[in-house]
Amino acid sequence: MSFSDSFFAAKFGISRGDLENYLSEALSRGGDYADLYFEYLATSSLSIDESIVKSATQGVSLGVGVRVISGERTGYAYSDDLSPEKIKHAAQVAAMIASGPAKVEKTPLQEGAKRNLYPVVTAPSETAFKARVELAQRAERAARAYDSRIFQVQVVYADNLRHVLVATSDGSLSFDRQPLARMSVFALARDKEGAPQQGHAGGGGRYELDWFQNERTPEYFAGEAARQAIVQLGATDAPAGEQIVVLGPGWPGVLLHEAVGHGLEADFNRKGVSAFSGRIGQQVASPLCTVVDDGTIGGRRGSLNVDDEGNQTQRNVLIENGILRGYLQDKLSSRILGSPATGSGRRESYEHIPMPRMTNTFMLAGESDPADIIRSVPRGLYCANFAGGQVDITSGNFVFSASESYLIEDGKLTRPVRNATLIGNGPEAMKYVSMVGNDLKLDEGIGVCGKEGQSVPVGVGIPTVRIDRMTVGGTA
Amino acid sequence: MNFDALPEIAQSTIKQALAAGATDAECTISDGAEFSANVRMGELETLKEAGSRGAGLRVLIGRRMGSSYTSDLTAEGIRVMVQSAIDLAALTTEDPHASLPDADELGSLETDLGLYSEDVAALDTDRKIDAAKRAEAAALAFDPRISNSEGGSFDSNISGRVFANSRGFMGSYRSSYCSISAVPVAILDGAMERDYWFTSARYFKGLEDPEYVGRTAAQRALRRLGAVKVDTQKVPIIFEPRTARSLLGNLFEAVEGRSIYREASFLAGKLGEKIADERFTLIDDGTIPHLFGSQPFDDEGVPTRRTPVIEKGVLKNYLLNTYTGRKLGMKTTGNASRGITGNAGIGHGNFYLEAGDKSPDAILRGVKNGFFVTELIGSGVNTVTGDYSRGAVGLWIRDGEFAFPVSEVTIASTLQEMLMGIAEIGNDLEFRGSVSAPTVMIGEMTVAGR
Repeated sequence: MSFSDSFFAAKFGISRGDLENYLSEALSRGGDYADLYFEYLATSSLSIDESIVKSATQGVSLGVGVRVISGERTGYAYSDDLSPEKIKHAAQVAAMIASGPAKVEKTPLQEGAKRNLYPVVTAPSETAFKARVELAQRAERAARAYDSRIFQVQVVYADNLRHVLVATSDGSLSFDRQPLARMSVFALARDKEGAPQQGHAGGGGRYELDWFQNERTPEYFAGEAARQAIVQLGATDAPAGEQIVVLGPGWPGVLLHEAVGHGLEADFNRKGVSAFSGRIGQQVASPLCTVVDDGTIGGRRGSLNVDDEGNQTQRNVLIENGILRGYLQDKLSSRILGSPATGSGRRESYEHIPMPRMTNTFMLAGESDPADIIRSVPRGLYCANFAGGQVDITSGNFVFSASESYLIEDGKLTRPVRNATLIGNGPEAMKYVSMVGNDLKLDEGIGVCGKEGQSVPVGVGIPTVRIDRMTVGGTA
Repeated sequence: MNFDALPEIAQSTIKQALAAGATDAECTISDGAEFSANVRMGELETLKEAGSRGAGLRVLIGRRMGSSYTSDLTAEGIRVMVQSAIDLAALTTEDPHASLPDADELGSLETDLGLYSEDVAALDTDRKIDAAKRAEAAALAFDPRISNSEGGSFDSNISGRVFANSRGFMGSYRSSYCSISAVPVAILDGAMERDYWFTSARYFKGLEDPEYVGRTAAQRALRRLGAVKVDTQKVPIIFEPRTARSLLGNLFEAVEGRSIYREASFLAGKLGEKIADERFTLIDDGTIPHLFGSQPFDDEGVPTRRTPVIEKGVLKNYLLNTYTGRKLGMKTTGNASRGITGNAGIGHGNFYLEAGDKSPDAILRGVKNGFFVTELIGSGVNTVTGDYSRGAVGLWIRDGEFAFPVSEVTIASTLQEMLMGIAEIGNDLEFRGSVSAPTVMIGEMTVAGR
């Protein structure tokens, strides 16, 4: 597709000439660099609760963000009105960050190489709403049918379709159509007299709606949510203190996101405020660990054809055999640090300034048989699922909260334990990784990453790993 | 199109929805302008200034509900939004409890809540940047170990809210907000610690001095330097006001109507029971002038009010909107809350724990061996079961005094035991946001470390 056929050109009559004019306006006070980010976002969601389709919502928002960089300074303004006067006004406000005469050199806009990691013909949000309601209803019924102890089920289905257009003063012009869908199932279980327990599962990605028919069915997510709730009914207190911890494959990769991913975002490192600052080339994990951030995996929730600054996403090696290799860059950081782009500039919407962010972050498979890993542990904790995490970039301390875990006794999983938070220190924790499984698995596609008030969809993944020492925050 | 034109758009939206077949409708319009300036190491780093608006619509066709939103307030944008909500209502299920508030429940507080001040909008950019610079400079000047910074910031916004429904409610209000913050980094022997402080107010003159903000942030970062992990043990825990607030956040989730009717809260079915120490009184009040949790009516057009949630340790009330009220056979408490998208959920007004009579110092002096928590991280609180396990940072207490900083530990218990195990409540309640608490001491929790 060429620019003239692209969404914003076709629907709003925006021409190359218009874009070049807005960029000139943005640089009229002498800024070094400017970019425009046009966004059109259509979202829909529905929820089923108590077997009733209680809510159904859809809507549209659109706007344009204008950024001007002058040295290390950034000026930003946006408009939710795409009329030329309003866009020019936003460009003038952003331009104020610089003070001086306009620099005359202009680069004509060129379309970059194209690819499509999500060749979705009909996005889920373009299908009949009724079809999506029926998927959610199937999940609801399946969760209730799983076990008579399941007494509450909630299913939330949400999708969106985002069209973006990025034009930059260094001459790049890119546009993309980004579909995304997700289904989440929450189940509550209770024994006759006991307290309720909950289970949660979900997934999705940048796929056609039939992914939920063919790849991961509503019944699959429903069964997972119900199973977790039932497992928790038998849970006893989690241990407290340092333990051997085995992480199961998939979603427990949130460890990597918190322990190393955020700390490698270039904005923190440019400012010298990350626990990983200045550590490139140093050993920050056991030699068994190779961690990558890859925005190019077809259909994944964290994948993008181009990042929100118009750069193609790529596969970036963060840690190679335990050695810290690189940071995740956005445009501002790579300008200041003189480092090549990594395709990691992302933003929540046109109202937000882009930042270096992760895409899909995972550890490559190792050689151990997962069963051998569990067998190797005399006493410890096996974590199959997590509810999320957080990190203090500067001290490096991170947490992640286990939502399904089991005691390991004499090399066997014995009984489920209650939710507990695990805590560690980024540059230290992964030095204790002593076994890495051959079973790399990516998560099902429900991750949301928050940073400085901006949320973006991400993915994580990990094979089964054994960590010889990590603090578990239980009570027993 | 200025703010004064928005009520008419809301009313016309309602009319169009009724004409298109809705039996009831409500429309929310919000209008906002934001400003932020960030300064780092004395230099201006980012400047952001812009505004946007949006409208949300909820319609009922009998007992079926549909909703939609748009950022396009032109006639065409509104037409699409109306049609979209009507279409969706046909796809939802009849819900016997779905309804707008009754006409006699609607209304707005008469008193002026002082939510809007002209001085925020009138402030010139240089003064705002200057405030951010002064806050950061004060932090950097405080001690040579404060040798890096994530910066100083000034943020402000002016927002407007318009709400109308088909049962005759029409209301609007504006509010303003400004804040100054600083995030210094303390460095010692290659280890770094960061902390923050901020001040916020509805009006510029209500802010604390930038220098005070910077110095407080610096002190907080410095006292974290040299933190160690302690042995796993059970000890008394003191939450300073900043971390005690987060406990209240957990309790809010456990008393809001949705989690109650779904029985997804450890407090479901406990109304009238003693669930906390008798010194524990938790209030929600959306009517206190100038505060961030105040508004004249909730997001369904019901006047806000003061609701005791826990009184002397007894669970007195849940926080409800119209829907959850009807589900539970109760009345809304004026706690409906929504953004532009979706249906009304539940929010709090000023949600606070009443002050006790002991000074924070006196509480500290009473502890022989314990942990004073200054920051919590992670989301390890399960309000269905009450299980509590979070990452914590703070200061170890020996013989009534701070002994050394602690990090990389967790604290764990259950919310049930923590509420019953309240040992002390401080006299230092300050309203710094919409959730406020004084110092709180819990008799015993598990600290997991080495």
